Amino acid sequence: MTRNTPILRVENITKSFGGNPILKGVNLSLNKGEIKILVGPSGGGKSTFLQCMNCLISPDSGKFWLEEKPVDIFSKKELYRYRQQVGMIFQDFNLFDHLTAMDNVTLALRKVKKMDKKAASTRAMIELSQVGLDDKTKLYPAELSGGQKQRVAIARALAMDPKVLLLDEPTSALDPDLTGEVIDVIRNLAKKGMTMVMATHQISLIRTLADEILFMEAGTVVEQGSPKGLLVPGTRSQGFCDKLNSLSGEGI
Amino acid sequence: MPESLSIIKGALPYLLHGSLITAVIVTGAMTVGLLLGLSMAVGQVYGRKSLKRVIGLYIWFFQGVPILVLLFLFYFGLFNYMGLNVSAVAAVTVVLGMTTAAYQANIFRGAILALPQGQFKAAGSLGMSDMQAILTIILPQVLRLSIPAWSNEFSIVLKDSALAFVLGAPEIMARAKFVASRTYQHLPIYIIAGLIYFVLTWAGVRALAKLEKTVRIPGYSNKGM
Amino acid sequence: MSPFFQELFEALNRGLVMSIALIIPSAVGGVLLGILTGCLRAFGDTFIRKACDTYAALFRGTPLVVQLFILYFGFPNIGIYLTPYAAAVTGFILCSGAYQSEYVRGALLSIKKNQYFAAQALGLSKFQSIFWIIIPQAMRKALPGCGNEIIYLIKYSSLAYIVTVMELTGEGKTLATEYFRFTEVFAVIGLYYLALVSLAILALKKLEKAVHIPGFGKG
Repeated sequence: MTRNTPILRVENITKSFGGNPILKGVNLSLNKGEIKILVGPSGGGKSTFLQCMNCLISPDSGKFWLEEKPVDIFSKKELYRYRQQVGMIFQDFNLFDHLTAMDNVTLALRKVKKMDKKAASTRAMIELSQVGLDDKTKLYPAELSGGQKQRVAIARALAMDPKVLLLDEPTSALDPDLTGEVIDVIRNLAKKGMTMVMATHQISLIRTLADEILFMEAGTVVEQGSPKGLLVPGTRSQGFCDKLNSLSGEGI
Repeated sequence: MPESLSIIKGALPYLLHGSLITAVIVTGAMTVGLLLGLSMAVGQVYGRKSLKRVIGLYIWFFQGVPILVLLFLFYFGLFNYMGLNVSAVAAVTVVLGMTTAAYQANIFRGAILALPQGQFKAAGSLGMSDMQAILTIILPQVLRLSIPAWSNEFSIVLKDSALAFVLGAPEIMARAKFVASRTYQHLPIYIIAGLIYFVLTWAGVRALAKLEKTVRIPGYSNKGM
Repeated sequence: MSPFFQELFEALNRGLVMSIALIIPSAVGGVLLGILTGCLRAFGDTFIRKACDTYAALFRGTPLVVQLFILYFGFPNIGIYLTPYAAAVTGFILCSGAYQSEYVRGALLSIKKNQYFAAQALGLSKFQSIFWIIIPQAMRKALPGCGNEIIYLIKYSSLAYIVTVMELTGEGKTLATEYFRFTEVFAVIGLYYLALVSLAILALKKLEKAVHIPGFGKG
């Protein structure tokens, strides 16, 4: 596959809740290894868009291509297979509360990928040590810190060998002193060439990781471009980042 | 069916009259349960070890023995044994009251323990005696928090009161049984009796929900109980 | 031991066997019915949900003794004759199923929707998500309530005596009336029930401990 064929492409995604349009025809095309970051005010549709991309919220309309093959999201079988290849990281982690860190990672390997127990554990162990949690495998979610939970969630998604990872504000539910460990894991992923779409307010991530920034407001992408092109005085994106800056005191 | 309809029509006032007796039993039992249950809850939280143990034993006994057995034990056994000559209605009221007291004690104890630790200390720091602190600070909060569970207890006691007929108390069920055995219209009569209980339960639960709303303090809830 | 107490224990042991024969099928049937209607009340389509809600409200809103009377004395009016034992077990199952469904439904609805989302995001099917994620969590949450309901059932099995099943209470009442010794007889019956209830509580505690997960269900 050449670098220029999109690995994931969605077109004209729309979604309304109770007559309120939340997404008004959003497009996104993602090449292998590309990282696109969604920014913009809360309620602008970032989270809804990410969940629509995985059909966790079914969009009212929209077309999906994975590696240029159209995905019929109304076929359950195709949808399940699509979701296996598009990983998702949630704002509030959503670890399975009744399973240990290890079992959180192995469950889908065993039930969806039909791996045997041993192979699944071996794989899970690799992923958990990648995120620095090889000593916490037997603990339950309630026994982990927020940062550890999010790292387990990332290990859980990566174990499925996703072609694309969607991240919905992965650090926003964390205490400030715990965001660092999660950001490090995400940076590592980027270094290894993981293809990602991420909504975030972390300026350092926006600045350093994004191949492209999409500024979303009121259900549409109002600005789109590289950080260099977009983070210049006068753009909405720069204005938004300035505001974040003054709130967090983080340099850009 | 028209025959049974007229029988029901004739029996309805008689059955409804029984609901007055039922109301007396339930009101009495819930009052006994409230007073006894609250005292036991306070005793279990703030009392001495020996007192806690006695209360624990009481709760274990009344939660472990069926109402029917308790009714027989007290009415035909213990009350006679002690030379007390109580009416069936009084006996049922006392036995149901003592039983619900065991459950209510647990409800109130849970509510006391759910209060923030500082409340009792704050009262003490203002120079209140323990008794004053319990009466003016702890109980007003505990009672509010306990209304939903108490309402549940009410509906249990109401339904248990249908067993009063085994002692011959002339409440709804005893009257239904009397009419049914004379008219052979068991099915419609017992369905009517069931409906009367259903409406009474519903009305009581509604009234308590309203009470809860009336005494609610803004922003104060029993979250975490 | 005096001949009276010898006779008493013989009768009560006979009654105990009958009580257990009432309790076990009723408890099992009640739990199964409760799980079925609880699931339907949580996830069924509107009509089924309403029907199951009505069933639960009716059986929870009326005294068990009325339900037993309808089954045993009322049903012959429409040509259905149940034996005392069948009437009692049917009544117990229907009534406790209604209460159990309340706990099951509550537990199912208390599982956060996000747990389901997370399973979906990994590519689990709807059935797999419910079977591996929702149900294991819901059953743990429902367990204390369901267990409590079984304790209630043990005690309310004494109502079978009212529809003439000769279980613990019935055997005891007969003997007490014959000898006119109510206090002793009913005190001993009380101890029998206390033993049954205490054993059941112990067993349920053990079960809860066995499936316990650190920190689960808090916050």
